[in-house]
Amino acid sequence: MTDWTGIGISLLKAFLVFFGVVNVVPILVWAERRGSAFIQHRLGPNRVNIAGITLFGLVQPLADVVKFIWKEDYVPSHANRAFYVLAPVMLLIPAAMTFAVIPFADDLVIAGRTIKMQVADLNVGILYVFALTSLAVYGIVLAGWSSNNKYSLLGAIRSSAQMISYELALGLSVVGILMIYASVQLDDIVRGQGELLFGILPKWGVVTQPVAFFLFLAAIFAESNRLPFDLPEAENELVVGYHTEYSAMKFAIFFMAEYMAMVTGAMLIVTLFFGGWQIPWVESAELKATVGEIPAFLLQLGAFSAKVLFFLWLFIWVRWTLPRFRYDQLMRLGWKAILPLALANLFVTGIVLYFT
Amino acid sequence: MLTEYLPIVFLLFVGLVVGGVIIVLSWRMGPRTRALSIGDSPYECGLVPTGDARSRVDVKFYILAMLFILFDVEIVFLFPWAIMFDALGTLGILVMFEFLVILLVGYAYVWRKGALEWD
Repeated sequence: MTDWTGIGISLLKAFLVFFGVVNVVPILVWAERRGSAFIQHRLGPNRVNIAGITLFGLVQPLADVVKFIWKEDYVPSHANRAFYVLAPVMLLIPAAMTFAVIPFADDLVIAGRTIKMQVADLNVGILYVFALTSLAVYGIVLAGWSSNNKYSLLGAIRSSAQMISYELALGLSVVGILMIYASVQLDDIVRGQGELLFGILPKWGVVTQPVAFFLFLAAIFAESNRLPFDLPEAENELVVGYHTEYSAMKFAIFFMAEYMAMVTGAMLIVTLFFGGWQIPWVESAELKATVGEIPAFLLQLGAFSAKVLFFLWLFIWVRWTLPRFRYDQLMRLGWKAILPLALANLFVTGIVLYFT
Repeated sequence: MLTEYLPIVFLLFVGLVVGGVIIVLSWRMGPRTRALSIGDSPYECGLVPTGDARSRVDVKFYILAMLFILFDVEIVFLFPWAIMFDALGTLGILVMFEFLVILLVGYAYVWRKGALEWD
């Protein structure tokens, strides 16, 4: 018998999570602009208002969207039309799918039905995330190539080389985590992080695999094309790289996809290294017994969101603090520093785990 | 079961629809002015563009792509081993370390050959 309620719930979950992540994007744009203003001692966007309500400039992203839609949506005649239109969608789709396997709270039991707080509990887990993040390269290369502009093409080639180089670091640094928690399913990894190490420290990934955490963090910054590794968009060399020729909402889609990838990256860091929805020193079963099912769920969701927001702020903070790397420095860091360090970390983890 | 993948298909569909709607909306709403103007040429900061954009690409990028395939496949081998680490015991760790050492020799060779140099 087909479980229609179950299917309905899982589709609803998928929609709600998608809705949530999409709505984080304008808030993130606002945080980026206000945050940069705060760091540089400026005011930032604060004039746009609806009937006098500015919400500290939060209305600004709305005005941006309106303006984007009413701008001329132009396909240059030198561009390859079909691919040019397809490229932003190709970038948006993986960005909209990657966060599906990330758990954001403990299982919720309502009316005898256990609901996994995760869009899809796939048995391939983290491999699914890696598969989809690799797909983002297609959108970038397609955008750069179809634009038929020198800057776009250079940006696209740089970006793809950078992304595949740091994908290695991303994959290798996670192997140690998989060895410790013995699963690729993110739900199991988060559950494994609920215990205490030596009775005082939470058994978070950052405690058990500190080196891997820093390597992973660097790789995530490079994967999401953010400063200090935003070489594909180095605006003083390449205009804006692969989306130079794009205008109107197509241009905005590139930004949406980039910010969504950032949200997913922050979620991944939190899930793998900071205990996901686990509240430190509070066990999930105990919490549920004390405050009840729904409040416990809300608390865990809050803990997860707080951690993710912190890392999103870290993305912004780093962007407005550090200068950009040079391209050869970036490649040297990826291939000659991060890769051997990740391998060494693997050896050490293997030996330590074997003797304990 | 494959029903686990249903939400994934749903998200794919949502991504397609959102992308499509945004593109159509922006195409319908915007003005049309640039077609016959100078705005139609490739954007190169005001200079008159010369030559075709699709010129030859440095061979380094191809080498990098090949290296990526090699190392990525090797990482895929590491995943199942990492999960079964406890069950595989001494033999498992020795075999995998041997594999990694062979890989490291290849890595050193690539390094010595200068495939990782960017100038």
